[in-house]
Amino acid sequence: MALLRSVGKWIEERTGLGAAVAPVLAHQVPRSSASWWYVFGSATLTLFILQIATGICLALVYIPSADKAYDSLLYLNYVAPLGWFLRAVHFWGSNAMVAVMTLHMIQVFLFGAHKYPREMTWVAGVFLFLCTLGMAFTGQVLRWDQDAYWGLGISAAIAARSPVIGESLVHVLLGGPIIAGRTLSRFFTVHVFLVPGILIGLVGLHLWLVLRLGINEWPMPGRMVDRSTYRKRYEDEVHKDGVPFFPDAAKKDMVAAGVVILVVLACAAIFGPFGPGGVPDPTIIDTVPAPDFYFLALFALFALLPPWTETVLLLVGPPLAIGLLFLVPFISGTGEKSWKRRPVAVLGVILIVLTVTTLAWLGVIVPWSPKMEAWSAVPTPVQYVKGRGPLELQGALVLQNKQCRNCHSLGGEGGKRGPALDGVGTRLTRDQLIRQVLQGGGNMPAYGKNLMPAEVNALVAFMETLRPAGERPARPAINPVPASR
Amino acid sequence: MCANHDVPGVSSPSRRGFLFKLGLALNVLGAALVGVPVLGYILAPARRLGGGTTWIKLGVMTRFPEGETRLAIYENPFRVPWDGASAKVACWVRRLQGDSFQVFAVNCAHLGCPVRWFPQSKLFMCPCHGGVYYEDGSRASGPPPRGLYEYEYQIREGQLWVRGGQLPTLAGQV
Repeated sequence: MALLRSVGKWIEERTGLGAAVAPVLAHQVPRSSASWWYVFGSATLTLFILQIATGICLALVYIPSADKAYDSLLYLNYVAPLGWFLRAVHFWGSNAMVAVMTLHMIQVFLFGAHKYPREMTWVAGVFLFLCTLGMAFTGQVLRWDQDAYWGLGISAAIAARSPVIGESLVHVLLGGPIIAGRTLSRFFTVHVFLVPGILIGLVGLHLWLVLRLGINEWPMPGRMVDRSTYRKRYEDEVHKDGVPFFPDAAKKDMVAAGVVILVVLACAAIFGPFGPGGVPDPTIIDTVPAPDFYFLALFALFALLPPWTETVLLLVGPPLAIGLLFLVPFISGTGEKSWKRRPVAVLGVILIVLTVTTLAWLGVIVPWSPKMEAWSAVPTPVQYVKGRGPLELQGALVLQNKQCRNCHSLGGEGGKRGPALDGVGTRLTRDQLIRQVLQGGGNMPAYGKNLMPAEVNALVAFMETLRPAGERPARPAINPVPASR
Repeated sequence: MCANHDVPGVSSPSRRGFLFKLGLALNVLGAALVGVPVLGYILAPARRLGGGTTWIKLGVMTRFPEGETRLAIYENPFRVPWDGASAKVACWVRRLQGDSFQVFAVNCAHLGCPVRWFPQSKLFMCPCHGGVYYEDGSRASGPPPRGLYEYEYQIREGQLWVRGGQLPTLAGQV
């Protein structure tokens, strides 16, 4: 013990590190800020450190070459001792980092911490958020599987919509004319060297600003932020009712960070690593690309936007949203801090959270995507063929064979892109059915060229029978008298 | 001991000013000499490596029966040795009759996902956002802003050739 102390003294005399760090750890913070609500920032930082540690380990085995990357991922999963676990921790850690960082941002906004004099802390934080999303996307590309490949295709298709520079932008993004070896090298460099370097610098700046300006005090309704009085009042509060950051406030941060790490490790151990999915062979086109969860909302938006607004919204929307995020402290830099007196801010957060989660949920159930195998894999429900005549049965076959089920469900099974066909006989008359099949419309292609008259006849005869028991067929609005049929 | 050390106040102000400016100029020059090649290196792909497109052999014509649409695969001519399977490109070949063909990129014109051909309903369907195309590649329904991307083709000595080498997007064709 005495030896340890003398070694410590020797090092301290020469480096002065203890003398430099001690006041930082012990600096006074408002007692009100030693709260469970203030733990998300340090938890995000802890996750970042976890990502660096596991990322370095993965880089020991992973080969950033398009012809070897997939095999090296399988090697990590199945051969390298504990490789599966480190991949799993890196994956769940990345999910947790995006999630906890989002919580941190919401908390900071609701507590008015972005207001004077902490505008630059917010700006640095928005950069950190964007870099983290960038890490999430580039990391998904490094999992060089079918989703990674076609995800890059989607990015390229979006980049191509930029005016004038579209084509050049695609080539710079891909590092070549197509998605291939040069693309993976580019994304590897960005994910492993470029963005982590920027992130480390930004974390330093962010922490420096927190130390320089002091942690945000608990917002009290009615206590307005005024540029001329705020700093004096804050310093008075810290003097009068402050506690040392370490250990008084830090103990809650430590507990939260520990819990987050344990949750990530538990998820990793229970659910294991994510992917890689299908082999990244672009000639295997029987694939249904889906993004990782952070981009599901965006993926859903692409499907739901009216096509004519798409290019404009894809190109203008994200810069506008990001710009607005940066401008938050400059739009509302003073005044009320407490969420209890900021109804617009609270409603805004609720609106954004609801929108994003709803879109993400739609991105999971993808009601707009045809079910490519439904026509051959999903049977016609028995009640729809029982007791039907030969023509109607022929129609049921046409409905299966012509891939109608890929977009239309029967008995809850099949695509959700078009309306379910159960009960279609009560909604559309025979003439309307024929017209819809032949001409299409809405999101339906016209089958006029692809069906013989006899097939249309049988198909429509079958669909007319799709009615709940006892319900009458649809009648034309102009002729309320039931037709002879 | 050297008495005439570079101690502040000893050298003349004009000499110090000159040295500062020289140092600044040298570093700006150095930054430019490093920065220009670095930017040029990173942005080089913007200039279309390998000149853009070239003629690629898809195979003998007889592989593609008249009136049918078949998947064909070629290797990107501008590949690097470590591309692996990602150098391979798939395309849909529709032979109308005789020498009359249509060759489509598999990439949906909406966001580039691979479209699948259904010979029974004579439709191409996209699994991502539900774009649908007719057998001639024209847009049938869904979000795509146009029909499928089409390759230029040639018949040379019974072989089908297409002009390609680029990922087709709205900004640049195959």
